[in-house]
Amino acid sequence: MKLYCLSDHPNAPCLLLTFKSTTILLDCGLDLTSLQHFLPLTLVPSARLNSLPPWTVTGDISTQLKDDLKKELKECSGRVFVDSSPEVCLPELGIVDFSTVDAILVSNYHCMLALPFITEYTGFKGRVYCTDPTQQTGRQLMEEFVEYMERVPRAKTAVNWKKPSVLKMLPAPLRDIAWATSLRRCYTTHDINSCMSKVRVTAFSEKLNLFGSLMVSPHSSGYCLGSCNWVIKSDYEKVCYVSSSSFLTTHSIPILQEPLKNSDLLLLTGITQTPAHNPDSMLGEFCSNLTVTIKNGGNVLVPCYPSGIIYDLFECLSGYMDSVGLTQVPMFFVSPVADSSLAYSQIFSEWLCAQKQSKVFLPEPPFPHAELIKSGRLKHFSTIHGDFSSHFKTPCVVFTGHPSLRLGDAVHFMELWGKSSSNTVIFIEPNFSYLDALAPYQPLAMKACYCPIDTAISFPQATKMIKELKPLHVVLPECYLTPPTSQPLRTDLVVEAEVAPTPYKRGSVLHLPIKRRLERIEITPELAGSLAPIEVKPGVFVSTVTGTITARDNKYILQEAPKQALPSTPSSQPIRKRKREDDGGVSETAHPKQYVYGNLEVEELVQALAKNGITDVKVEDTASGHIIHLQTEDTIIQLEEGSTHIFCEGNEPLRRKLRDTLIACLPSF
Amino acid sequence: MAEIKVTPLGAGQDVGRSCILVTIGGKNIMLDCGMHMGFNDDRRFPDFSYITRTGRLTEHLDCVIISHFHLDHCGALPYMSEIVGYDGPIYMTQPTKAICPILLEDYRKITVERKGETNFFTSAMIKDCMKKVIIVNLHQTVQVDDELEITAYYAGHVLGAAMFRMKVGSQSVVYTGDYNMTPDRHLGAAWIDKCRPDILITESTYATTIRDSKRCRERDFLQKIHDCIEKGGKVLIPVFALGRAQELCILVETFWDRMNLTVPVYFSLGLTEKANHYYKLFIMWTNQKIRKTFVKRNLFDFKHIKPFDRGYIHNPGPMVVFATPGMLHAGLSLQIFRNWASNPLNMVIMPGYCVAGTVGNKILSGAKKIEMENRQVIDVKLSVQYMSFSAHADAKGIMQLIRMCEPKNVILVHGEAKKMEFLKQKITGEFGIQCHMPANGEVVAMETKANLTADVSLSLLKRSIALSGDALKDVKKPRVLHGAVTISGEKMHLEDASKTMQQLGMTEHEIRFTSTVTIPSMSMEVVQKKLKRRFPHQSVQLTSDGSILVGSVLVKVAGESEESLDLLVSWPYQEEDLGSSLFTILQHGFASHTET
Repeated sequence: MKLYCLSDHPNAPCLLLTFKSTTILLDCGLDLTSLQHFLPLTLVPSARLNSLPPWTVTGDISTQLKDDLKKELKECSGRVFVDSSPEVCLPELGIVDFSTVDAILVSNYHCMLALPFITEYTGFKGRVYCTDPTQQTGRQLMEEFVEYMERVPRAKTAVNWKKPSVLKMLPAPLRDIAWATSLRRCYTTHDINSCMSKVRVTAFSEKLNLFGSLMVSPHSSGYCLGSCNWVIKSDYEKVCYVSSSSFLTTHSIPILQEPLKNSDLLLLTGITQTPAHNPDSMLGEFCSNLTVTIKNGGNVLVPCYPSGIIYDLFECLSGYMDSVGLTQVPMFFVSPVADSSLAYSQIFSEWLCAQKQSKVFLPEPPFPHAELIKSGRLKHFSTIHGDFSSHFKTPCVVFTGHPSLRLGDAVHFMELWGKSSSNTVIFIEPNFSYLDALAPYQPLAMKACYCPIDTAISFPQATKMIKELKPLHVVLPECYLTPPTSQPLRTDLVVEAEVAPTPYKRGSVLHLPIKRRLERIEITPELAGSLAPIEVKPGVFVSTVTGTITARDNKYILQEAPKQALPSTPSSQPIRKRKREDDGGVSETAHPKQYVYGNLEVEELVQALAKNGITDVKVEDTASGHIIHLQTEDTIIQLEEGSTHIFCEGNEPLRRKLRDTLIACLPSF
Repeated sequence: MAEIKVTPLGAGQDVGRSCILVTIGGKNIMLDCGMHMGFNDDRRFPDFSYITRTGRLTEHLDCVIISHFHLDHCGALPYMSEIVGYDGPIYMTQPTKAICPILLEDYRKITVERKGETNFFTSAMIKDCMKKVIIVNLHQTVQVDDELEITAYYAGHVLGAAMFRMKVGSQSVVYTGDYNMTPDRHLGAAWIDKCRPDILITESTYATTIRDSKRCRERDFLQKIHDCIEKGGKVLIPVFALGRAQELCILVETFWDRMNLTVPVYFSLGLTEKANHYYKLFIMWTNQKIRKTFVKRNLFDFKHIKPFDRGYIHNPGPMVVFATPGMLHAGLSLQIFRNWASNPLNMVIMPGYCVAGTVGNKILSGAKKIEMENRQVIDVKLSVQYMSFSAHADAKGIMQLIRMCEPKNVILVHGEAKKMEFLKQKITGEFGIQCHMPANGEVVAMETKANLTADVSLSLLKRSIALSGDALKDVKKPRVLHGAVTISGEKMHLEDASKTMQQLGMTEHEIRFTSTVTIPSMSMEVVQKKLKRRFPHQSVQLTSDGSILVGSVLVKVAGESEESLDLLVSWPYQEEDLGSSLFTILQHGFASHTET
């Protein structure tokens, strides 16, 4: 069993597992933090961004390259940005032949954004497995991202700054980009559609059979709609892949831990990205900041993904705004996929927590946002163009993407509201550092609050989970073994386990210490009936067994061998004759019919020989046993502890007689 | 040898009150718990006294499974669980759980409030019964207990209809409920994987029908409606509240749109309107086309079809009315029928199956006079049309499902005996498998031949496969495995014999034979060559000290003279066959032996 670690970003995992000659890719995360190095994509040309000064490289490079770099690099408030179509960071694709991958298991919609890069550009021929909500929501996330990119087409992609020789001359944080060679432009809508056609949707606790050798099941992880942990089982071994689980009560079905217990191997990723921020108190902070801003006549911008935590926010916020007398303040949700995100959330009732699920029996939509839309408190638009302007009124709350603040309509609102200190931008998504997100907008008058709501398990919860699940081995990203770089003193923010976990980093290949010793085999009733088991110990029976194995769909069946065990290659004339003569086709490959064990009492053998008419014997004691001498036949039986040796002078009938007598004296099976 | 028993308590050679008992691996399962629309006495419910005459059913049943919300599949459920008494789990899909109590309540109202029956289940009983329900999602494997697992598959018949597979160990049974193998306007086609169950219990409503193309039937249907309203007639379409009603509404809605018709279309208020809400929330259970477009336009928001009011019955002029119930046995549809039956301009279209005893069934079999409950006799002058829109699999569909899941045996239920007989012949003929059609109360018991499972050491398995050679080239070729099997309790373990002895603390007793033989003088190279020819499948090696090893049989020079060579042949008991035959060959001398 081997594990190829294609990404070590714990929240954009991508791991390749080989197990029982099956190759499985676990998740396909896309590291979007690379977006922070680029300038925002504005739909309307921004005078401010266009007038940013170029950054000049000081170093030993050609003037040509220097000039090229001037066009690529811009400086804003002391930070250098790349002026180009933004690029995303792919997992390590070089160390694996993707045409050999049999299946891709996706655990949640945040962990599948790199999927089209693999299904469309690597020769991948297998199947992708994920739940229905994961597929639909994942598709929405991809479509939104692609739409945001294509809305602002940029002819050129900057390439010079990525050259290793140049990169090391750049200031931080550009200088510290670890995987500059894995940066790529995003895929297209066509890629998304083609990729989605390779998906086979699964239900929670469905047993998926991979080639008869592995049984794979997704079990609810409680993190978001349709999110799951995967259990990969052979008949004897069990591997659990835990990715982004949650113990908090949100809108999705709670985590199911039982199937994850007692595994041989636990792969753990997706612990909270904001361990210092408690989701519940963040929600409170969110509400109070919102109230203050609106009561002062300002507007609130919430950069967000088009699904997930926003469903809870709509519900929670509308109630809260009622309670503080802000019922009249509209909420806008602007995303190219707003309508389908809201519509799909209402029809995935089977994937929702019991309280939401029970609504459909009334019948009512599970989420209150259907009601909010009807009453006009929540208005959704695919873009800020067209209809939106006629409904737009301030003060208001706007939910829109992209949370990186580099693309999408959020960029527009930042430019629009950034100059006034009465407005507030509230960050709720945990994936991006808010200071990095705001950097190209500096200097900024607008207030910024960081209220990340990350429902994923905390470090103490992860440690407790491992304790409860009792895996034999634990494998996790290296960064989980040391405190986060931002909080080096918080030694509590690490994962601990009784058996030291095996860490991985990007590009590493782990040989996992799981030895397969057994395989399951079926024995046909006919063969089983022909066995003659001997009780060798109380309750323990043993029998020799010989049969032919057939393997179908990686299942082994043992059945009675055909009566005439002929050699498989055509035999030449003389051999066949010989066989006929050697009493009844004794094949050279014949197996022993029985096994003898234990020790022999010399007196017993002598008596048995006598019974068979061999009386002319002389017994001698030796250092290690006895020798029985058959005087007339010049034959010797040498008895020792655990062994007997018969020497005879070519008298075959006598030898067989001795053989049978001897075996009858020994216990056998 | 294990046994699976199947006993229909209802729906055995009949349509109505589906209820089938299955005993598999010692587990008792009740499949569906329906009522019979053709009876008003005890016969309307399955005969639960078959299970036990005294006491509750809880200790006799491990679980109850409901395939879909039609009353002939769930109508007796509150009676069974609350009056007879059952507290164990009841499994159904989410849409079934949502819609089933509504239909049960409706059925209860008609029976108790209209017909004035007492001693029937109450609304509270329906609620208590539904509390025992556990939701099963499609393809999810639900572990009922440590041994019994059930899996639901899409059946397409109505919203939320499912087929169920029950599995205990290596034994399994599939129950189809009602299903449909061709996608229709709002539902997809039934699907199941190749799970090779021991028994497939399938419905056989349309066992002898092979329906013409769906498109033709739809055109026919619209043509008939159109002709009737052209002449100023009224069209009554009795439907079940859920299912067919939605499909026909979509059909009429698009037709009205296309033809720019203004004649009013109504559906009976309440049930059907509410039903459309369910369809909107359970879009995931409809067909792909509706699922793809629902964000832009929900097909169940009708523009032309308006709610019906009883007052409209006597409105003049043409109209089209969808009214429940579907078999004209009670309620609004029957009331409308009474009023419109005497006018030959009017028309009633029966879009589905009607069980014996209902008004629907009577008019379909050509009755011209119908006696109502109040002894009033109605003349049937209106045109009676039958359109099979019922979403059951036809004969072709049933055969297709059998091909899909490859069962070892088939049991037919939910159909008429005569039609079943025909299908039975067809199934036995085409697939060469056994097919049964038990009547109610008749037990079908089947022996299943199951393989025993054992653990085999991987090294032994790999060695056995590798030894047979060409493992990669010829996967299907049989390979020989030899070892010892240890049986303790339920467990069987296959291992190399000497390892087995080691593990069990037994010391192997080694037996070795050494025999001498004299052959004509020749070099050991020649001996090797000759032996090689005789044992083409063994390794025959000349060792460095001039001996020959055939397998593990040692041939050694003991002495030689000019004419002869004395050989020592030595082998362990494990190689007895090889050693003994090799010795015999040497003893006879090669030459003479070969020529005989």
